[in-house]
Amino acid sequence: MDLNPLSHSIVLSDVSRRHPNGTLAVHGVSLDVGPREFVSLVGPSGCGKSTLLRLIAGLDKPTAGHINSPALELGPAQTGFVFQDATLMPWANVFDNVALPLRLAGRSHADSRPAVEAVLRSVGLGDVESSYPRELSGGMRMRVSIARALVTEPRVLLMDEPFAALDEITRQRLNDDLQFWWHARGIALVFVTHSVFEAVYLSERVMVMAARPGRVVADIRIAQPCPRDASFRLTPGFSDACRAVSQALEQASAMPADGLS
Amino acid sequence: MRAGPTSWIRSILVMMGWLVVWELTVRLAKIPAYTLPAPSVVLQTLLLNADSLAGSWWFTLKITFGALLLACAGGVAMAGLFALYAPIEAAFLPLAVVLQVTPVVAIAPLMLIYIDSTTAALLLCAWIVAFFPILSNTLVGLRSADANLHDLFRLYRASPWQRLRWLLAPSALPYFVSGVKVSAGLSLIGAVTAEMVAGAAGRETGLASRILEASFRTETPKMFAALTLLVITGLLMFWGSGMLSDRLLSPWRGRATNVEDVQQ
Repeated sequence: MDLNPLSHSIVLSDVSRRHPNGTLAVHGVSLDVGPREFVSLVGPSGCGKSTLLRLIAGLDKPTAGHINSPALELGPAQTGFVFQDATLMPWANVFDNVALPLRLAGRSHADSRPAVEAVLRSVGLGDVESSYPRELSGGMRMRVSIARALVTEPRVLLMDEPFAALDEITRQRLNDDLQFWWHARGIALVFVTHSVFEAVYLSERVMVMAARPGRVVADIRIAQPCPRDASFRLTPGFSDACRAVSQALEQASAMPADGLS
Repeated sequence: MRAGPTSWIRSILVMMGWLVVWELTVRLAKIPAYTLPAPSVVLQTLLLNADSLAGSWWFTLKITFGALLLACAGGVAMAGLFALYAPIEAAFLPLAVVLQVTPVVAIAPLMLIYIDSTTAALLLCAWIVAFFPILSNTLVGLRSADANLHDLFRLYRASPWQRLRWLLAPSALPYFVSGVKVSAGLSLIGAVTAEMVAGAAGRETGLASRILEASFRTETPKMFAALTLLVITGLLMFWGSGMLSDRLLSPWRGRATNVEDVQQ
């Protein structure tokens, strides 16, 4: 196994992806995410945020450019992926849902137990392992989904608008918890969101994307040290950063598509 | 469908009431038994002919359940094959549809010519009627698996076998079960229709042959007796498949209602 620090981070060099139907989803994207970095991708619908995430996970292949990511180099256990919906198996209880990545790697039910119990406790779900997804609230289902992504102790967590469907209070609590998990586990996190506030609150860097074709137009660093708490939302630093990101977003949507599509 | 005890009692009371009205109408209007026998006469006939009817009932049950089991096996195997290899589906699905849309009454005489064993011919006819709902439901079910879950299995590099066992089969199960519920009724219909065509001749014959036989002799009470056994068989299949579905789908509760849950 290659333990060179470069392979712990995600590096995209001049990556493009044209979908089989012909649309150019992302064009010439270069970005890098450090080993313990929290990076958000924000942008209008159709700007290729989710495609970038899928490329990093190895779920889609780039049509041009090169990608270095743990998912591609160090095997499936190094990357966790969280979808917008919890995407749980409705026929399986919480334990079996969370154990899935381990079972797919060939570990037995009994063998998976310590890891599954530990990760469930760490996301605050110690006592629901035999419940079924339909018996849980939306926020709890999302916690199960995150536990499933973390059960292999990955180096990278990729999240595709994970909290978009949740109510505001649940969302804020999960935001705070997510920061804690990210910090405590020392993982890299790439977080796709529609919300400028969420992106600024959570991340060290916010990448702003433009649509048609999808590309990165701004890379804004949020100076506040991590982990942060709710008081950060009341500081001038927070509102300045939100303004900067919003302006970049407005410019991005005003930018003419440069003839590529 | 999810009936409480009071609703059970209500259904039984309605049935009983219906039988009482029938009995009284026949007696008061003095309708002769060869036109419409009273329920009490039907019951008497049933008991009097218990021996010959039981043998025929057993034969019809064998054909019905045999066809249903083969329909499950064949339907699932074909659905699996179709789901895995699209070209096979394109090649064979039209054939399956042709079998499905051809009335079984129309092909039964041919089957009886081509196949020496009447039992085998009847089994084949009932199978043709019963397998299609299982095939098409299971096929839809295999394709109903969540796209994100498919991606997740891909992310963790699941083998085809793991994908089948942990994703496709559980996704298809509620659809398969609702196919079985439809096919359970159809296999009885297929068995009886084919028996009707095969006629009353032959060593081994089922309830349909008893009905034909009784109709030639205008033994209306005997026709009703055989019919009663067919109704009981149909109800048993309906309840049986309902119970099977409840047991198999207990982890899906609350989702199974989305899939067609009521039929017939």
